Amino acid sequence: MNTTSEVDLTARNQVPPSEADRQALEATWRDPAGLVGWFSAINHKTIGVRFIVTAFGFFVAGGLLAAVMRLQLARPQNTLVGPDLYNQLFTMHGTTMMFLFAVPVMQAMATYLVPLMVGARSIAFPRMNAFAYWLYLFGGLMLYIAFALNIGPDAGWFTYVPLAGPDFSPGKRVDFWAQLITFTEFSGLLEAVIVITTVFKLRAVGMTLNRIPLFVWAMLVTAFMVMFAMPAVMLTSTALILDRLVGTHFFNPAEGGDALLWQHLFWFFGHPEVYFIFLPGLGFMSAIIPTFVRRPIFGYSAMVLALIATAFLSFGLWVHHMFATNLPELGKGFFTAMSLMIAIPSAVQIFCWIATLWTGRIHLKTPLLFVLAFFFILVLGGMTGLMLAMVPLDLQVHDTYFVVAHLHYVLIGGAVFPLLGAIYYWYPKITGRLMNETMGRWNFWLFFIGFNTAFFPMHLLGMKGMPRRVYTYPAGMGWDTMNLVATVGAVTIAVSMLLFVINVWRSLRHGQVAGDNPWGAGTLEWATSSPPPAANFDALPVVHGREPLWEAAPEPTQVRGMATGQREVLVTTVVDARPDHRSVFPDSSIWPFISAVATTVLFVGSIFTPWAVVWASVPVAIALTVWFWPRRGETEREMLLEKSP
Amino acid sequence: MAARRWLARCVAAALAAAVRCNAGEPALGAQSQDALRSAGPQASQVLDLWLLTLGICTAVFAAILVAFVWALWRAPRASAGTPADTTGLTQVEHRPRRVVIVALGASTVLLFVLLVASVSTDRSLAQLVLRDAVHIEVTAHQWWWSARYDNEEAAKTFTVANELHIPVGRPVIMTLRSDDVIHSLWVPNLAGKKDLIPGRTATLTLRADRPGVYRGQCAEFCGAQHAWMAFLVHAEPAAQYEAWVARQREPAATPVAERALRGRQVFLQSTCVMCHAIGGSGAGGQRGPDLTHLAGRTTLAAGALANDAAHLAAWITDPSAFKPGTNMPGHVLPPDDLQALVAYLGTLE
Amino acid sequence: MTVEQALARAQQQVRQEGAALDVAELPSYGFSHRSILWWATAGMMAIEGTVFALAVAVYFYLRSHSATWPMSSLPPELRYGTANTLILLVSLLPNEWAKRAAEKEHVGHVRMALVICMLFSLAFLAVRWLEFTALNCRWDDNAYGSIVWMLMGLHTTHLLTDAYDSGVLTTLVFTQKMDGKRFVDVSESAMYWYFVVLTWLPLYAVVYWGPRFV
Repeated sequence: MNTTSEVDLTARNQVPPSEADRQALEATWRDPAGLVGWFSAINHKTIGVRFIVTAFGFFVAGGLLAAVMRLQLARPQNTLVGPDLYNQLFTMHGTTMMFLFAVPVMQAMATYLVPLMVGARSIAFPRMNAFAYWLYLFGGLMLYIAFALNIGPDAGWFTYVPLAGPDFSPGKRVDFWAQLITFTEFSGLLEAVIVITTVFKLRAVGMTLNRIPLFVWAMLVTAFMVMFAMPAVMLTSTALILDRLVGTHFFNPAEGGDALLWQHLFWFFGHPEVYFIFLPGLGFMSAIIPTFVRRPIFGYSAMVLALIATAFLSFGLWVHHMFATNLPELGKGFFTAMSLMIAIPSAVQIFCWIATLWTGRIHLKTPLLFVLAFFFILVLGGMTGLMLAMVPLDLQVHDTYFVVAHLHYVLIGGAVFPLLGAIYYWYPKITGRLMNETMGRWNFWLFFIGFNTAFFPMHLLGMKGMPRRVYTYPAGMGWDTMNLVATVGAVTIAVSMLLFVINVWRSLRHGQVAGDNPWGAGTLEWATSSPPPAANFDALPVVHGREPLWEAAPEPTQVRGMATGQREVLVTTVVDARPDHRSVFPDSSIWPFISAVATTVLFVGSIFTPWAVVWASVPVAIALTVWFWPRRGETEREMLLEKSP
Repeated sequence: MAARRWLARCVAAALAAAVRCNAGEPALGAQSQDALRSAGPQASQVLDLWLLTLGICTAVFAAILVAFVWALWRAPRASAGTPADTTGLTQVEHRPRRVVIVALGASTVLLFVLLVASVSTDRSLAQLVLRDAVHIEVTAHQWWWSARYDNEEAAKTFTVANELHIPVGRPVIMTLRSDDVIHSLWVPNLAGKKDLIPGRTATLTLRADRPGVYRGQCAEFCGAQHAWMAFLVHAEPAAQYEAWVARQREPAATPVAERALRGRQVFLQSTCVMCHAIGGSGAGGQRGPDLTHLAGRTTLAAGALANDAAHLAAWITDPSAFKPGTNMPGHVLPPDDLQALVAYLGTLE
Repeated sequence: MTVEQALARAQQQVRQEGAALDVAELPSYGFSHRSILWWATAGMMAIEGTVFALAVAVYFYLRSHSATWPMSSLPPELRYGTANTLILLVSLLPNEWAKRAAEKEHVGHVRMALVICMLFSLAFLAVRWLEFTALNCRWDDNAYGSIVWMLMGLHTTHLLTDAYDSGVLTTLVFTQKMDGKRFVDVSESAMYWYFVVLTWLPLYAVVYWGPRFV
């Protein structure tokens, strides 16, 4: 923050923005320098990049775990890995991919992109955003440290009781899993509130709700789902820790508890969770396709309604994970109907995209390639999803490799392929350089071929009787060849990911310089430089349509009069994005980081003793108090810009 | 004494190593645990539904792919500089709208077809005729199965472990319970699976219409040895089944051969009796599989090993060499005792 | 002036000159849903409300699996729980006063109202302690004890954090200059206080009356 007397704390920007404006904004909004400065950074783009990189780090870790699993399963009765390590491996793989990669990476992309796409200087609550990131990082580190010490969780990523309870999983392994949930869900819930507030209150003037990009809609709807679904897993993982640590009986049938209570609470969260991952993937599709097909998405309103319908319906499906239990059959039938019904809004999306492709003109670049793979992979996964929705079929293939195939087809086809496309697409905006196109194509084809080689045989493996979560299998069951083929596919995927990492790394220095809008896209993030300045826009835009860069813009086009010497943000109304008020946002602060450290001590300590909740909350309270306490002179500076309503 | 102990250990280790190289139960063949090879009405109704669904889904998938590929193929090429066509923002696009609505309508109809097919299969499965059924109460444990064949006359009930025999053509009603964690009973050639949940009682009904040996496996992750918690279902004609039942109802015969007698002594004097029961011998342990008719089974350790002398000896000596984490402790016996014990167990037909 | 009136007034302060939309005359804060802090508070309420709703669902789920309820004890004693319910409801009066004073930007009233709120905090925290001693069950007795303690524990966590939060805010209004933002903080804190009190009502009904009627 500028505290020197040279800075004019009451200066405001001109239209068009002057060089003085530009420099003042840069000095005001950039991250502080130095080591302390690095921990104090709260700019949403800085946090966004750290978040994305961390999530991909976990993706690689999770992938390596899977590679070891596949090597073990390549041959029957293999002795590469014994049952104890294998059970930790598949638990860590699922937990990493679901809690440390798939959901956080989407929130990370939103953290970077949403403020730019809606024409804002900042995300809402930037310090809380930083805090959420640090908490997520520390939770993941805790889990991997436990794994490295051979006390990683080993009861599966959905940790069914009583196996995961105090009687059958002694020690601290499952407690690390349960506390990881606390970390990641706390982080995720904060991010959800941040996204909703940003989208509702910080949009550019004129960006009415029906003008926001479909990607922003996807993240908004996802954030609402997160708010209502994550509490279920927070509650149930807390109940599990309590059962294990202080002797409660939530899941103990001998004392009135119920093993299925866990499943109900977990899957009430767990099913919407896969839509936290899928909906942002749909958002990427709707962001990338228009640019490379040279027209806006066909059927905007239908697409928005489809997102909302998917979100609502996703809360009504959870029992389809429990079809093999002794729940009443009539009830299960209801969930079959709901699980089939959710295909309808997804079909709306797919048909609208095909209509867009049909009536557009194709510019085939790597981002589009990854997006196109969705139509093969996700749709196939959707078909097997319909099969799993039908109780009689599910009773044969539930808990077999058929489900493993299905979930990877929908998650990788529906989220990871679009995500990789999104990285290729927005990398030039984030770094100022394009990724290498040739390497991108190799990356794509190796991934596509490797993926199908690895996972398609698993459909058959499941039908032919191979259950999941087995560290080995007998020879002569007819499973040998398919397992070997799947392993070859897994290795191919690993090679393709290596190419991806190399491409990301090399292009930082050697990529072609991108300019503001290398793809000729239509949305606001492309209206500023690549990479964007610290304040995102020199002058905030005024928007008149859905594709601001593609449509002719009447006047006014830019906002004048925002402060350049303090971090002032324009708050607009929810539906119509009319100007509401100006708000001064906080300066960089190290207290989110310190609070995250204190919270980590609280969470990790309470794995070992319930008293940690008491004594460790003292440093947390202190850190949070200092965080919110106004700095010296802060109120005085803000009052220079004060105007009452 | 110490030298004998040491020798016993070496022999056990050698046996274990030899057996491990050939470990694995006798291969029943690739179709003995296979949902695509139905041997009874439950599995075959599911297979019928599967084929219908596969057909519909393949057709839909193909249609989507064709539309998609065709769209790509016929679209003109463009570049980043090509001006974007924003007419869709201000004008209604009638033709695409109609096509999307029709496609959506067709999809909804097909989804409804699947729903009806699913519900109707559900009903058929529930309507299996249960007259004259065999009643089996299955209890799952970490990592083996016990099964009690019920009868109105208490004296006619008997308990087996890991290998069931059922009569071809008669329905079987299985009551499912768990002793510890959640397991799942799944024999794909015959029926879909059902979870065994502690604190709850579930029911699975099925019928085998073709004789054969069908392999099943626990299908809910249940801990360290979930991978080796299999079971066999021998479906056999009525006469054979009744003969088997009659044999099961009898207690174990006192052996005649001296070695086997000595083996019985070894059994009764060691810790085996704390977990295992052998009818008629006085041993009544309930924590492990019932061994009364062990020699009649084709596998050991819930389908992990073939049931022969070498495997049995190695298993008794060090179970965790084959199933690390198993609850059965190892027993290092002097080689003579071990051979005698194995001989005795071999008489338990 | 209502929120809508304030908003309409703000709109009039924006001027267009050619390509520029001049916002320099806009206010620098706004109350209620105009403030982003309102949205954060509303988000918290949605999340915590969902937690409470799910916990209540768990209570009735476990109830449906048990022949007797409470499983092996007496229901919680009514006196402390009912007393605290009254204390909490009455605390809404100074709370509403604080909110209105903040929106009128009257420093003196804000200070007085917040001090009274803090006194109520001390009272209801003390009585909450007494409630825990009179629940007639332990968390590790059985599933009934576990869910009762969880419901009470969840709500008490909110009481504690809200009391601490209000304490910090009360200190701030005495020691720091009151700018618009701080008045908005007070107003939003009051909204959260409403949430903590009002969510107690169904929890009170479930914990204290559930075992007597259901």
